[in-house]
Amino acid sequence: MGINYLYPPFEIIRNQDRCIACRVCERQCANLVHHYDEDKKRMTADESLCVNCHRCVSLCPTRALKIVKTDHTFKENANWKTEVIEDIYRQAQSGGVLLASMGTPKEYPVYWDKMLINASQVTNPSIDPLREPMETRTYLGKKSAKITRDGEGRIITSTTGQLKLDIPIMFSAMSYGSISYNAHKSLAMAASELGTFYNTGEGGLHKDFYQYGKNTIVQVASGRFGVHPEYLNAGAAIEIKMGQGAKPGIGGHLPGSKIGEDISATRMIPLHADAISPAPHHDIYSIEDLRQLVYALKEATRYTKPVIVKVAAVHNISAIASGIARSGADIIAIDGFRGGTGAAPARIRDNVGIPIELALASVDQRLRQEGIRGNVSLVVGGSIRSSSDVIKAIALGADAVYIATSALVALGCHLCRTCHSGKCNWGIATQNPELVKRLNPEVGSQHLVNLLTAWNHEIKEMMGGMGINSIEALKGNRLMLRGIALHETELKILGIAHAGQ
Amino acid sequence: MTHITAGFMEYEALNKAVRSMEDDQITIEQANGQRYIGSALMDKHLFIKGTAGNALGCFLDGGTITVYGNGQDATGDTMNDGKIVIHGSCGDGTGYAMRGGCIYIRDSSGYRSGIHMKAYQEKQPLLIIGDRAGSFLGEYQAGGTIIVLGRNQDGRPPVGYFCGTGMHGGTMYLRCDTLPVSLPKQVSARDAVDSDKQVLSCLLDEYCTIFSFDKQMLLASHFFVLQANSAAPYRMLYTHV
Ligand code: SF4
Ligand code: SF4
Repeated sequence: MGINYLYPPFEIIRNQDRCIACRVCERQCANLVHHYDEDKKRMTADESLCVNCHRCVSLCPTRALKIVKTDHTFKENANWKTEVIEDIYRQAQSGGVLLASMGTPKEYPVYWDKMLINASQVTNPSIDPLREPMETRTYLGKKSAKITRDGEGRIITSTTGQLKLDIPIMFSAMSYGSISYNAHKSLAMAASELGTFYNTGEGGLHKDFYQYGKNTIVQVASGRFGVHPEYLNAGAAIEIKMGQGAKPGIGGHLPGSKIGEDISATRMIPLHADAISPAPHHDIYSIEDLRQLVYALKEATRYTKPVIVKVAAVHNISAIASGIARSGADIIAIDGFRGGTGAAPARIRDNVGIPIELALASVDQRLRQEGIRGNVSLVVGGSIRSSSDVIKAIALGADAVYIATSALVALGCHLCRTCHSGKCNWGIATQNPELVKRLNPEVGSQHLVNLLTAWNHEIKEMMGGMGINSIEALKGNRLMLRGIALHETELKILGIAHAGQ
Repeated sequence: MTHITAGFMEYEALNKAVRSMEDDQITIEQANGQRYIGSALMDKHLFIKGTAGNALGCFLDGGTITVYGNGQDATGDTMNDGKIVIHGSCGDGTGYAMRGGCIYIRDSSGYRSGIHMKAYQEKQPLLIIGDRAGSFLGEYQAGGTIIVLGRNQDGRPPVGYFCGTGMHGGTMYLRCDTLPVSLPKQVSARDAVDSDKQVLSCLLDEYCTIFSFDKQMLLASHFFVLQANSAAPYRMLYTHV
């Protein structure tokens, strides 16, 4: 084994005056940090196991606990930072690829925070959403450019369905397997109540959740887990997963250790066998091949469901999107590189891809230039954290947004970024039944409904302030945005003026 | 039996017509590579004369599709149940992510046949190829059975390169005297013994009857059995941050 060079990153501070040795922390921590010392008659902790998830802190009845970052340091070095050195230790000891979860914690620019929203003054009155109707409903799908009529002059409506969203926010793909049954149930229930959609991810659909079908997007990824006609027909739309923002170019891999009985039945693979979805679909090497899968799915569902193609935001995203818009897909979902994941190689998560703001702006621009923007709706995700991020995304050209990390935070996730360990103390990213039952789906879905209802109010207020009374009028309305502290190239890509201009 | 002439019909119209027919026995004459024929069908028997296009029987959920001619790419893509019989050859990606039912090919099949094949409980897909399969046969195979008979290969391996790359479940039977070169390390190969031949005999029964092949003659030759070394091949790859 040799010497362990890694010093625990957190310290457990226990106020012994307050601690009543009720041992709640011991029972709550799946990482087995806390224990009761019979000799000393008090609680102790092994902080080396702590991931700073705050479960014990939140449940300690006397507020005796807090977790702080250790002030133990290496000799300060701007280049060789602690994490850089420690990663080398880890890899030198294990020979393994660094595995991480959630979105990148690195300091990259967040363009949402560098854009400001307009409001009307004097010449163009603002609208009071409490008194006047304000439309946040939107429809996703192909919009035909011209009206066609039958022999008797009646308008021929398009055959492929549109997705009707009461709020322009959907829950993005998280598979049953990467998150728990109760987390999935919370999302499904909330989507039904909110009049929006949640997404199965690539793990199939648990039989209990077929009842939420009309608020479900079913995903098809390269591994095709749990994909069969009944599944395809169960949802309101089908999403082909080509890529994910947190790990562009990388597939999914649910380790066999997480494939318990229920997941095995949902994915339709044996117990404890690895679930491997490689990066590429091995039947897709071109837009023409993508088109083949899009239409295979349409044929299989008799042209009743819109097909979404989800890609990661990468360097030439606008050319890729232009191809997808010609593939017959109805909706393009673009996932930015700050997006979350249940597990991804850390180097990829932290270094591959581009921010969603830039990807969105350039895709919308490109599709407009080519006159094919109406062929598809655009849905963007990859770290949408608030209602103002939603407003900015729509003003940059999105039809709707996908949220996942925000939704998990609403369910109690504390962003400890150890989902890949399978020991989520909040019952979200785990399959351990003891942990899963900590998340009550009724409470969870209520929190999600509360969050999005609040966001929806804020969206209406901001729209009202701009003198805009519908999402449709905000869409692609870049005049409503100004950049702050951005240089010329960034402004040009975003297609916005600088504040003050 | 209802007849329909495909000729130069667009696939959408053809497939719609097929679906709307009441008869459960339908013959499609002069198929010219129309795609998605029999997609997600569950209870019909289609007889196709000519060339069936890409994604024949994709998401098939029951019933039978018989092609008197060749299939193209992605035959039986993600099929769940039912049977596809090809009196000829197929292109690439045959049986992609197949999870049930069977595909019987009289002659050969292209690259990546049987890729991502999976099995779960009673869902045990079966792909039988009479002559030869292209490279990447059974890539990422996670379950089910692939048999390649090498009928015109004189005992040479009836597969291309990288057979079974990423395999982590299921079984492949290859009728040949020597192993394919450079089998990936996830795959272990052994000679078929009597018990394997008994299994093969059952699996080949219907196939040999359909194509009038001499089963005993085939079974008398040497077979290799290929299986994955581990159901979790990538376990050791990672270290947590
Ligand atoms: S891992 Fe979570 S529950 Fe355990 S000690 Fe650390 S903060 Fe508390
Ligand atoms: S889902 Fe659970 S394990 Fe993952 S970051 Fe959130 S609290 Fe931590």
